[in-house]
Order: sequence, then structure tokens, then C-alpha cells
Amino acid sequence: MDFGPYLLLASLEGAVQSAVLALTAVGLSLVFGTMRVVNVAHGEFFMLGAVLAWWVTTFVGLHPAVGFIVALVVAPLAAGVIAAAADLTVLKRLKYDPESTIVATIGILYIIQQVVLMTYGPDARPVQAPFSHRFYTPWFGYSSYKLFVIGIAILLLLGVWVLMAKTRIGLILRATQLDREMAQAFGIPVERVYALVFGLGAALAAMAAVLIVPIQQAHYLMGGDPLLLSFIVVIIGGLGSLMGTVVAAVLIGMSDGIISVFFTPTLAKILATLLVAFVLIFRPNGLFGKRSS
Amino acid sequence: MSNKKIVSVSDSRRKALKTLAAGAGAFAGMSTLPGLVGYAQSASSEPIRIGFQVHRTGIGAAYGRWYNRTTQAAAKMINAAGGINGRPVEIVAEDDGTDPKRGAEVVEKFATQHKCDIAFGTLFSHVVIGSAPRAGELKLPYFVVSEGHHVASGMLNRYTLQPGITDVKSQVQAMAPYVASNLGKKVTMIYPDFAFGHDHRDYFSAAIEKQGGKVIQKIAIPPTESSFTKYFPKIPRDTDVIYHVMVGPAVLTFVKELGEFYGPNKPQIFGFIDSLEAVDMASPGLEFLDGTYFWEANPRYAQANQTSHDKAFRAAVGVDDNGASVSDSKDVSTYSHMFGCWETLYTVKAGMEAAGYQGPKDRAKLIEAVEAMSHIPLSDEHPQGAKIFNGKTHQVFGHQYITKVTNGKLVLAHTTSIEDTLYPDEVDYTKKSF
Amino acid sequence: MSDIRKSLVLHGGLIALLLLLGFVLPAYHHGNLARVMVLAVYAMGYNVLFGYTGLLSLGHAMFFAAGMYGMGLTIQHLGFSAEAALLTGVVAAFVLSTVVGLLALRTTGVAFMIVTLMFAQTGYLVVLYFGEWTRGDEGFVIQKASRVIAGIDVSDPGNRYLAALALFAICLWIILKLVQAPFGKVLIAIRENEDRARMLGYDIFRHKLIAVIVSGTISGTAGAFYGLLFGYTGASFATVQYSIFPLLWVLLGGAGTVTGPLVGALFMFYLIDITSGLTSAYMLFAGIALVLLTLFARQGLVGEIRRRFAPWLP
Repeated sequence: MDFGPYLLLASLEGAVQSAVLALTAVGLSLVFGTMRVVNVAHGEFFMLGAVLAWWVTTFVGLHPAVGFIVALVVAPLAAGVIAAAADLTVLKRLKYDPESTIVATIGILYIIQQVVLMTYGPDARPVQAPFSHRFYTPWFGYSSYKLFVIGIAILLLLGVWVLMAKTRIGLILRATQLDREMAQAFGIPVERVYALVFGLGAALAAMAAVLIVPIQQAHYLMGGDPLLLSFIVVIIGGLGSLMGTVVAAVLIGMSDGIISVFFTPTLAKILATLLVAFVLIFRPNGLFGKRSS
Repeated sequence: MSNKKIVSVSDSRRKALKTLAAGAGAFAGMSTLPGLVGYAQSASSEPIRIGFQVHRTGIGAAYGRWYNRTTQAAAKMINAAGGINGRPVEIVAEDDGTDPKRGAEVVEKFATQHKCDIAFGTLFSHVVIGSAPRAGELKLPYFVVSEGHHVASGMLNRYTLQPGITDVKSQVQAMAPYVASNLGKKVTMIYPDFAFGHDHRDYFSAAIEKQGGKVIQKIAIPPTESSFTKYFPKIPRDTDVIYHVMVGPAVLTFVKELGEFYGPNKPQIFGFIDSLEAVDMASPGLEFLDGTYFWEANPRYAQANQTSHDKAFRAAVGVDDNGASVSDSKDVSTYSHMFGCWETLYTVKAGMEAAGYQGPKDRAKLIEAVEAMSHIPLSDEHPQGAKIFNGKTHQVFGHQYITKVTNGKLVLAHTTSIEDTLYPDEVDYTKKSF
Repeated sequence: MSDIRKSLVLHGGLIALLLLLGFVLPAYHHGNLARVMVLAVYAMGYNVLFGYTGLLSLGHAMFFAAGMYGMGLTIQHLGFSAEAALLTGVVAAFVLSTVVGLLALRTTGVAFMIVTLMFAQTGYLVVLYFGEWTRGDEGFVIQKASRVIAGIDVSDPGNRYLAALALFAICLWIILKLVQAPFGKVLIAIRENEDRARMLGYDIFRHKLIAVIVSGTISGTAGAFYGLLFGYTGASFATVQYSIFPLLWVLLGGAGTVTGPLVGALFMFYLIDITSGLTSAYMLFAGIALVLLTLFARQGLVGEIRRRFAPWLP
């Protein structure tokens, strides 16, 4: 294929990746920024979103679009509730000690993953997209649903921004992030806020998964890659900066697609991985980082 | 220091004496009449334990499930007909997580803890290669159902055999003549960037060149890739045939995205059914596959020339004429691979009967008996087709099938001869010691 | 008895016990223990960096794999003897850990975690990229004939156990000496409060670098031995999973204790072995164990023993 159309296709694919990645990573970034803890189970909440989407759409039957809309509401809600429960029962008791939280969330990772394995099973199952339509350019066909994903993700990210910047809840979250003790002195129920944030982070990841699952399949091991990628995005974007996270997500999502235009796939992945490492080595605070990690 | 349990002294002494007597008797029996012990064992129908190394979890899990069903069905059938040498078959299954390290540990467990007679059933090549050394050291016959060329390549040992499923080298090279004469001579290959995919790349490139064709582009997809659209522009415009073989949870995505990319103007497409094992052909997005071709080891859909043996096999395993589970039509089987378990177990049975297998001390005899096999005819025990077993390379050869997607079903278009699939020997295990 | 004496008796006793077990254990557990001892060496290497220096690496699989491939490739393609191959494996791990240390130590905390993870991922992809020689994920067998160290055939279970025990004993001794020496104490100081250690005048970077090199080299040695003793070299040992395992083992057994890694590796091995007979979701028990551990026994099994009964445990 000629270079122009190739680049166009790679960019479209990159945009889809970026959209989903941005949503997932923002969830992680919120948790990082507000609670200063690493949630290693973040990828499993993503996976939960996909699996729950399958359950819901299969249960609802009817037209795929109906099931999809229901899933878009139910899956993130359920994931959020589970996450909040995990926070209240386990993480709170650990007093959010960084190292213990990493270990505990690794444990939660295995628990969620294996429970899904026991109930949903080891197979990969497809979820039907709410609509199936292709548009054709002179050089290739493309799924309209993918454009839809990009659109919805942008809307959701705007929603998060509105929440954080313009609402009272957002104010409380930002206050808790800036100075926990001070927030407590002002009567903010910090522990409930933490549970909310943890739940919100998981819900965002689950939502991203519901969007992507009609393109991929729901599989119990699908949480690994999103975890890895969202970590990279959050660190490179800079801890504590939602804007940085989104920018980094776009950069990484797009570059994955575009680098593969120029190099053989495995070599492209090697280069992309090394790139991430070197960005961090020379700019340990990430691109927009405010504080040292 | 025993306030714990008051047992009357006479009772406990009696018990101890009984145990001692039994033990002494058994010991005496064993050391003076070895032949009799063997006979006594089989007369008391001590089961033959077959250690089943199954991928219950990990990336091989979808195959593992069907391998398990087929194995249980075969064991049931064998036991209903009287077992092996009058002894019932017991399947001892252990999950290897599709991981080579765990695979080796499981082989160890079969030999030393579960006291199995043989180990069997592994699919993924890296697990086979990781486990085989241990099987060889433990002198445990290891019957793999893997499709890998590793057995016949000479890399493994005399205890590892693959008598129930053909290997990728013979499958791939047998496809080249049909592809070159019916589909086209300029081929673009899309394969996973690991050993399995490299085997396809290497064997097919060599084979198609012999037919006057050429692989004009090789696209190696990294493992764990979950979206494929960005690779499709690399397919040259003058490609006659796209050759694809993908494995893993993302296979359906691959096929769907290929369809989205091309729309109605596609080149000829030839794929290995591995890209769609356990996936329903009626899945949305797969309509574009109509008119494309697949390699199948064992046609998933019952064909017009279905044999009674295939019918019986489907009934035993619980699979309908569309290759899906009779209890859930959405649960599609791995029909081109799982027959290997059935046929391997029956080969083990034939080998054990020919060798007069009584127990672990006859393991070498069992292997020699299997090595002596050559022509294996089509039958209920071997429903996939007639086969030729090469005792020197420990690998079996059989018919390969090419099917065409017609109205959402796979219809047989060509059956290769077994000769098409043969290649020169690369090893002679019979010359190696036990 | 002085603390040093006490720890000598304990660790010497441990080796003696393992030696004895080598003669009395039934075949199944005998084989398992040989494996666990080599993997415990991997975990001990990891522990030097994580438990004692406080640096969480998520990429140690690259060191394990470097050792394994250094050994495997030279035997397979260059016809090296087992001894030369093992040495090559150790050297490969040494070189890699030096390079990685020099680069990665420019970061700390979570960034360090990601950088090590990225390097390990790169390592895995490189192994796949050069699949023509490495056979990629499929790996290759180390043939029986090559598995002879100093005239002793290690494919024999008895010899293999002794080789594994020898490796374990030597590494145990090295680490014991390390943590009881001033160098080790500085590492602990860095873990506890890096700024204070710096203000006391210690060269933090040098100490951390040496910790990375020691940690990586020991892990690589374990990899080289594992490949040779068990006859297989493959890319699955370079995946993220194999970077998480030593973390798990060390955490369970007790980070910052010398015997913790062995205890953790043993515990996890049997936890998986026993529960896989109950359910295919056996890692569930590992997950539950981890959560319970962090809630009730933060220091790991040996760590808790040290905290409650034996503060002299190194």
C-alpha cells in the first residue's frame, strides 16, 4: 500500500488504542495521584469489565445495541463496587503503606483472575458490537464501530475532566490529593473519598474494556497488557497529572501503530519498549510530572 | 507420652502382627515369584494409569478442554470393551498451565507420585520440549499430541513419540501443490512470530518454491498482539494468495479485522484451521471467509463422504455434524486436533497388547512395539484416516484435507495422499539406547 | 552464643538437613526439592536487591534468562563443555546486570520498577527476534550428553540434587557474608532511609550498583544451572511471570531474611502442587495467601519468626 494511506490506517488504529488506553490509564492515574498507591490489580478490573459485558449482553439477549448500553452502565458499576469493597476491607487496614499495597493488590489480582477462570472459564468469547458497519476508503475498509469507540472515549474523558474541575466532588478529590491532613481537618471523610476514588479508577478501566471488547474478545488473561501499558502511560505522563496521562496515552497509542509502519513488528515492539525505558531514565518525573516518584 | 488414645495392648499387637505377616508374605512373594506377581496384578485388575498432561489453564486452555473430553471418551470406550490386557484404563490428569517448567514438574509427578505407566496428551510445543528431557530421564514413555516437528527433528529422546497426530512440516508441505495450482503462485504469509509460525514460514517457503511459486512477503506478528489491522497494509497488492495461521485468544479478532480491511475485493485466502479452532464459523464478521480455503486435519463439518468411523467418533465425544458440542451449539470443538488424543490412546492400547505390557518394567517393550508399527488403517480407532507410522522418527503421517468455506460451512475440496506429506528422515531413535 | 555463631549453626544446620533429605526423601519430593533449591537461589538473588536494598525490580527474569541462554546457546551452537557454558551464563548475567544497573539506577521507586520491567520485556522480545538461534518460545533441549559437570552426569537425580544443593549452599554462604558485612548493613540503611545514609557520607549509587550486579549475577547463575540441570532452555523463563515469581517467593518467605527465599519458594511450590489437585484455579490460593500475608504477617514467614522470636536472624 502507498505510504499515505498506510499512515492513515496506522493513525486510525493508533487512535483507537490511544482512546482506550487513555481511559484505562486515567483510572490508574486518579488512584495514584489521590491515594499515592500502586494498584497492580488495575488490569483485572479492566478484564472484569470485558467479562461482565459478555455476561450482560448474553443475559439481555435482544438487539446487540441494547445489551451493549446496559453493559456500559452495569459493568463499570459492578467493577467499581468490587474495587471499593477491596479498598475498604484490605487497603484501608494496611493504612495505604506503599509496599504492602503492591503486595496486597498482586494478591487481589490473582483472586479476581482466578475467580473469573472458575466461573467464566479459560476460553476467549466474542461480544457483538452494538452495530456492525464498514466504511470504505479507496485503499481499505474500516469498521465504523472503531470510530465510535474513539468518540465515546473522548466524551468520557471530557466527563472526567468536568467532574474533576467543575464539580464539588472533583474539588474534594483534588483537595485530598493535595494535602490529606488538611483535607481531613476541613471535615472531608478521607477514607470514604479513597474508596470512591479506588472504585472510580476501576470503573473507568471497566468502561474502557466494554468499549474494546466487541473488537477483541473477553478472556481471563486479557488484563496483563492494559496494566502494563497504563502503568507506562501514567509514569511517562507524570504522576499526579491527568493531562500528562492523556497526552502520554495518545503518544504511546499512536506511536505503537506508526512505528510498526516502518519496522518489522517484533523489532518495532523492541524499539517502543526501549523508548519507554529511556524516556524514564532521562526524565524520571515523566513529561509533566509535578513531584518525584 | 501417650494419654491420647487407649488401645488395648492385645488389639494393637494383633494388628501389628497382622500387618507384619502381610508385609512379610508380600515381600516373600515378590522376591521369589516375580512372574506370579505380575500375573496376580493383572488378574486383580490393577488399572493402567495414564498420566494426562493437559492445558487446563493458560493460552492452551481452549484446546485443553476438548483434549480432555476426547480423552475421557476414548478411555470410556476402551474400558467398555474390556480395557487393555484385561485391565481398566485410568486417566490421571494434571494441569500444566501451558508452561514448560510446570510441564516438567507434572511429568515428574506422573512418574514418581502417581505411579503412572505412561504420560500423554501435551499439545503446545514449548511444553513438550520442556517436559521431554525429564520423561526421558525417568524412562517414562511420553506420547505427545502436539503437531510439532520437534519429535521427528531428533531433538527429543527415544521415550517421546507422536503416533496419533501429524506434524506441521508434513502438513505444510502437503499444501503447496494445491495452493500453487488452484489459488496462485505469489503468496503472502501471516504467521505468529514464534517457533510454530517460523516452522510454517520455513517449510511452506521451501515447498511452494518446489511448485514454481514464491512467498513474496512474510509478516510475523508478535505474540500477545491483540489488534492486527496495522499489519495488513504490508500485504503487497500483487499477492495472489494470503496464507494465514494464527493461534491464541485473539484469532477471531484477526479474522474479523482481515475481513473489515478487505471488504469484497480480496485475494485468495488460504488459512490453517488453527486460526479458527473452537471458533464458530457463524460468528459475526466472518462472512467474508466465504470462498476461502482452509487446511484441516480432520474436517469439522460432516462431509458427504462421511465414514461410519467419523460418525461413531462424533457420537462418542459428543460433537454434532457441525463440529460443536451436542449440548451447546455455540461451543465449537478443536476438531482438527483432538482426534489425536483418541488415536494416540488406541495406539497405546495396540502397543501394550502387542508387547504384553504388564507394568513399568515393560516400558521399553512398549516403545519397541509401537516402533514396529507401520500401516494403520482407517477404523473406529483411527477415524481421521489411514496412517503410516515411522518407527525410526517416532512420527506418524496421514492424509491432510483442504476445505472451502461455502455458505458458512467448510466443504471438502481436496484430500492429499499420504505420500504428499512425507519427508526424509532426520533421526533414527531406534538406534539410541533406552 | 553470639549472633554470628547462632546464624552459622542455623544455616549450617539447614544445609546439613537438606543433605540428609537428599538421601531419605521419596523420589517425587526429592525431585521437587532439587528444583526448589535452584529457584530459591534465584529468589535469594532477587532478595539482595528487594529485601535488603529496598529496590523493587519487575525485570529479574532477564537476568535469569541471560544466565540460562548464556549457558544454553554456547552448548548448542559452540559446543562448549558444561563448565565453560555455566561460566558463560554467569558472565552474561554479570554484564547485563552492570549495564542495566548503570542505566536504571538513574531512577527510583515506581519509575525504577517500570524501567526494569521494560528492559526485561525487551530481553524477552530479543530472544524471540533471534529465534533462528534461540528457537524462541519453543526453546531447545540440552542434550543428556552435554549435561556433565566435572565428570558427573547431572541428569541423574542423585547427582542433580547434590549439584543443586552445592549451588544453594555456596550462594547462601555468599549472601550471609554479604549481609553481615558492613556493606550489607549499608544496604539496609539505604532501604530504611536513603537520605540519611547519604548524609552519613555513603556513596549511595555505588552501593546500589553493586547490589544490582550481585543480585543479577546470582539470579543469572540460578538460570544457567536450572537450564543445565533440567535440560531445557526456553523463552518462557524470560516472561513477566518469571519476574513476578521471585517477588512472590521472597514476600511469602520473608524479604530481607537469608532463608526466607527458600521457605517462600518451597511454600509456593507445594501450595500450587496441592491445590492444583483441587481446582484449576489454584493461583486463587496464592492470591488469598498474599492478601492474608499483608494483613497479618507483613514480614513473611521467616520475617515474622524473626520479629517475634529471633531478632538475630540475618
